[in-house]
Amino acid sequence: MFQRLGQALSKTRQRLKAGIEDLILGKKTIDADLIERLEGILLGADLGVRTVQRLLATLHDRLDRRERPDPSRLNTFLKTELLTLLEKKPGRFNAAAAVPFVVMMVGVNGVGKTTTIGKLAHRFKGEGKAVLLVAGDTFRAAAIEQLEVWGQRVHCPVVKHQSGSDPSAVIFDGLSAAKARGMDVVIVDTAGRMHTKFNLMEELKKMKRVMDKALPGSPHETLLILDATTGQNALSQAGRFHEAIGVTGVVLTKLDGTAKGGVVVPITEELGIPVKWVGLGEGMEDLEDFSARDFVEGLFGD
Amino acid sequence: MLDRLSEKLESIFKKLRGRGVLNEADIDAALKEVRLALLEADVHFKVVKDFLTAIRQKAVGQEVRESLTPGQQVVKIVWEELRRLMGGDLSDGKPLLSPHPPTIVMLVGLQGSGKTTTAAKLAYRFKQEGRRITLAAADPRRPAAVDQLVALGRQIGVETQTLPANDAVGVCREAVARARDRYDDLVILDTAGRLHVDEALMAELKSIKAELKPHEILLVADAMTGQDAVQMAERFHRDVGLTGIILTKLDGDARGGAVLSIRAVTGIPVKFIGIGEKPEALEPFHPDRMASRILGMGDVLSLIERAEEVFSNDQAEAAARQWQTTAFSFEDFRDQIRNVRKMGSLGNLLGMLPGAGRLMQGVSNPEFPERELTRIEAIIGSMTVQERRQPGVIDGGRRKRIAGGSGTTAQEVNRLLKQFLQTKKLMKTLSRSPGRSGLANLLRSL
Repeated sequence: MFQRLGQALSKTRQRLKAGIEDLILGKKTIDADLIERLEGILLGADLGVRTVQRLLATLHDRLDRRERPDPSRLNTFLKTELLTLLEKKPGRFNAAAAVPFVVMMVGVNGVGKTTTIGKLAHRFKGEGKAVLLVAGDTFRAAAIEQLEVWGQRVHCPVVKHQSGSDPSAVIFDGLSAAKARGMDVVIVDTAGRMHTKFNLMEELKKMKRVMDKALPGSPHETLLILDATTGQNALSQAGRFHEAIGVTGVVLTKLDGTAKGGVVVPITEELGIPVKWVGLGEGMEDLEDFSARDFVEGLFGD
Repeated sequence: MLDRLSEKLESIFKKLRGRGVLNEADIDAALKEVRLALLEADVHFKVVKDFLTAIRQKAVGQEVRESLTPGQQVVKIVWEELRRLMGGDLSDGKPLLSPHPPTIVMLVGLQGSGKTTTAAKLAYRFKQEGRRITLAAADPRRPAAVDQLVALGRQIGVETQTLPANDAVGVCREAVARARDRYDDLVILDTAGRLHVDEALMAELKSIKAELKPHEILLVADAMTGQDAVQMAERFHRDVGLTGIILTKLDGDARGGAVLSIRAVTGIPVKFIGIGEKPEALEPFHPDRMASRILGMGDVLSLIERAEEVFSNDQAEAAARQWQTTAFSFEDFRDQIRNVRKMGSLGNLLGMLPGAGRLMQGVSNPEFPERELTRIEAIIGSMTVQERRQPGVIDGGRRKRIAGGSGTTAQEVNRLLKQFLQTKKLMKTLSRSPGRSGLANLLRSL
């Protein structure tokens, strides 16, 4: 099931593994040089300087107490630490919790929201669910067309208004239609927006209020899409979106490149938002459940 | 950030006061803080290491200038080195136009970095200069990518080549042929975005390059990119040979350290920065401003420049004279507000001020002053001409009417009247140093 994630991370794993094995090879004790190089490897994975320093401080404390620190324990130690951090909040996703189950997709520009919607819709269709897409990005040129192409690919109806219209209006129509047509899942697209733009974040709040009005209790999931190539700014993105509308989970996209997406560690740690899915390519199949174990295993190898 | 950084540096250097020369231990302590700042800004960790080694060599043994504190001295060395790494004084705002038009500009980059939006912005910029442009929609794979470029092209009045469908090289070939026929100055090729590990994409880019021999190959890179920036840029540079960088999405709060990593591995100049979604949101790159941003120092230079763009000299002098006369009215006040708003959103303007970042963190609504200005404009809009010119005539009844008309309350109208009088007084003092220099002085003194 997590084979693809494993494959995608294999390069990373090789590099990291080589890195860690290189480090450990021939070392009898853990010295400053070893720690510095280890720090480099973790920083290079975008874990962020604060998280890395915290990890290393814990490492230092624990290993200091042992009489003869053994470098080969570094690997196990780091894996366990990261796993504990990432598993604090389970990333489960129960689409049967409500009918229709409403998922709202948000994020900054260019992270892959529309593509992820296509993949998610495909997955729900595969589970035999009736899925409706709502074209809530009425701002960007051809965003509606892009969603329609995905709708045709995965055979889902798309509710849309004209480009430039009020996104809340199309969302209201979409949810009403879903109720009337007895859909199981509704996925709502929204325009990409910088988390620093006050008015656009207010617009998002309004959309959320409108959803609750059209279908009380919705949206049932609010997913923040994060690009794995993004660095520490992802923390700021997650913080602002979470503060504005309450994010229930993260989808980490573009993990099939060389970027490692390590910034999800501080996001889970500091904001308590779990990663729920990972995107591994451009095909409709390229979406996987997030597994902290595989993510960490993938990073460090065995 | 700089505030935090320089505060920390100051505390480290406190004990140094009076010694006059930067010594190694003190510098190491200071560089630790600089390292944190750079890593938080997403500069690649190896680039940070090399950078700090260079700084250390420069700083050790340097005399602390009389006008500076040791902390400031280190920041100055760091800032100057950052600026040098990003191209020094060079602010090369345009691709060179070839003496044999059309100039062919090819945009490459990861998916989602903003290539299509940037293609339209570049086209808009050169169109404003009176150039003739053709756009080529050479991304047949992403759903509706072609539609997006066509729609953007229509918005700015530039034609887009879309045929033959599903043939990226063909579209570029046709676009260049058409541009030649029409004696266009510029062709912009918007290529497909893929991860740099995608061999098929790289092969496609190579064949576009081989056939059309673009004059400029620009990497469109997201300012929010993390450590991966190094590998991404290295790969694109190795495979297609880049001539320049366009850094996008700088309108957010990303510090943009990735640009330093990209510069370090490619050595090519940054040509433009993208600061929003609209066609005009493209600016020339300024290494000095970017250096300040990466360190978190705010961007006073941009602010002053923008102010100078909006207020012409004559206008500023005329305004200054007005402030001095008693004839200054609500109509003039409204003009001033509109001028200020032309400089951009107040939130953005504040963001350029050093220290404002921290200030704004405490404000729950950073665009609050923006709304306030809208209300003020509404109140002035609900006044009669006489009331605007002679605010003295506004009595209780009129106040009520104005409040009703502008959707505000009588108290708010009152407050505006009071503010108006205060402003008049303040500006009278200020206008003793008239014109543009007065305004610039005011901004500098902030």
